Amino acid sequence: MGPLIEVVLGGLMAGVLYSLVALGFVLIYKASGVFNFAQGAMVLFAALAFARFSEKMPMPVAFVLAMGVMVLMAWLVERLVLRSLVNQEGIILFLATFGITYFIEGLGQLIFGSDIYPIDLGLPKEPKIILEDTFQGGILINIDDLLAAAVAGALVLSLALFFQKTGTGRALRAVADDHQAAQSVGIPLNRIWVIVWSVSGFVALVAGIVWGSKLGVQFSLALVALKAIPVVILGGFTSVPGAIVGGLIIGVGEKLAEVYLGPIIGGGLENWFAYGLALVFLMVRPEGLFGERHIDRV
Amino acid sequence: MSDARAIGEVILAVESISLAFGGVQALSNISFDVREHEIRAIIGPNGAGKSSMLNVINGVYHPQQGTIHFKGEKRHRMEPHKVASQGVARTFQNIALFKGMSVLDNLMTGRNLMMKTGILSQALYWGATQREELKHRERVEEIIDFLEIQSIRKTPVGRLPYGLQKRVELGRALAAEPTLLLLDEPMAGMNVEEKQDMCRFVLDVNEEFGTTIVLIEHDMGVVMDISDRVVVLDYGKKIGDGVPDEVRSNQAVIDAYLGVQH
Repeated sequence: MGPLIEVVLGGLMAGVLYSLVALGFVLIYKASGVFNFAQGAMVLFAALAFARFSEKMPMPVAFVLAMGVMVLMAWLVERLVLRSLVNQEGIILFLATFGITYFIEGLGQLIFGSDIYPIDLGLPKEPKIILEDTFQGGILINIDDLLAAAVAGALVLSLALFFQKTGTGRALRAVADDHQAAQSVGIPLNRIWVIVWSVSGFVALVAGIVWGSKLGVQFSLALVALKAIPVVILGGFTSVPGAIVGGLIIGVGEKLAEVYLGPIIGGGLENWFAYGLALVFLMVRPEGLFGERHIDRV
Repeated sequence: MSDARAIGEVILAVESISLAFGGVQALSNISFDVREHEIRAIIGPNGAGKSSMLNVINGVYHPQQGTIHFKGEKRHRMEPHKVASQGVARTFQNIALFKGMSVLDNLMTGRNLMMKTGILSQALYWGATQREELKHRERVEEIIDFLEIQSIRKTPVGRLPYGLQKRVELGRALAAEPTLLLLDEPMAGMNVEEKQDMCRFVLDVNEEFGTTIVLIEHDMGVVMDISDRVVVLDYGKKIGDGVPDEVRSNQAVIDAYLGVQH
């Protein structure tokens, strides 16, 4: 029993990290109908900013400053890119985010450098052994993993409430649905876009810090974000809780597959398992586990 | 009927509006006014520029020439959300509702402009925000009763039949408590019964709330019955303006609709 639980726990922790990135995708998709390919680049940029700032100043100040940088970025993205693309097809906006991706990746490394930078949150790194009496050998867990899980949980809860219960949340959903109609009821499209990119910038910053403290801040952070794509396919593009559940399923799934199926069909399963699962979901349930079902009257 | 509402001063004055898309002249030199509390219809054959006119009033299009005075103030180049904040609400020819959201949520977006609490306090869902939400919800429920759509309150709009969607769209516009309501073909594609319902709602809105209404409509019977004054457009030009009887007997209007022998 012990090893199985350890594998599942490890998977859950990895899953939480995927979820954090997936959350950023879902937010922008929910609030503007755009699949934001740049989310990974934003995670990298935010993490770089935080890592470099925290070399020179206390961590809370660095956090606030990095957040300021992300808000500035949101404002620039709206001003320079999105504003000219109001009422365009989703695919046009999607391609625009490709451009944004490469620009942000380049800019981030230009400003902050392209080495590997550590983020030390001052948490105990050595794993703890718990439940030694129940299982033989006990179970290994990491404190920072638990903290990441708590942060993700809090984020999801507050964002879900924000979207469902408040006027601004409703305005965000309205913009995602129909630009023109949203404007006609007096919703200022431009401000909404700045808000939503700022919020997803915030999520990117949190994700970047959590990832960065585990792996170090480096270019590969931008690629980790690609793992979040199967997560949103699984959970549904429009569902905040879906991003979490999807992340957990993929995290646990790929670890279990690696450990129990790996020896049978060969290793490296962990790298493609998520994409395989996403493919199956696209065929069976394209709107994901929690996504809004698309209804068209014929 | 029109006596009860006491038609007032000019609330919207459109002066010498010209609008072109590249080489296509959509509107040329259009002037007309709308008085407080009246129902003003814009009619004309397809492609006459009726929707373009509405889009100009609404701020979606910016005309190359001409001015618009609203409530006595000259209006400068303005975006739709700004126009909305001045008290202008509208519906669209091809329904533009938030399809994934419930009827209730759609109507609540109409109250968006009136929500005072800031984003931060909304994010935290503080007491004030909660009270405000309830207050708006109350008003929205009144509109739901008024439009007799109680039973579909929680239904996602995308699932509703066409006629009901049109009604919900009217509801969303009403939720903003507009002084000027723009309706782009509110009865298009409806059967006789649905049209009668819609006529009743439009008249009731006008009478009970005193809302000024500008509407585009193709059904001549409806237009002549409910409107106080009618503007007729053809190929982007104004060819008639007056009370329904005047317009009905205007030779240029008859020609535009029936065609002329050359």
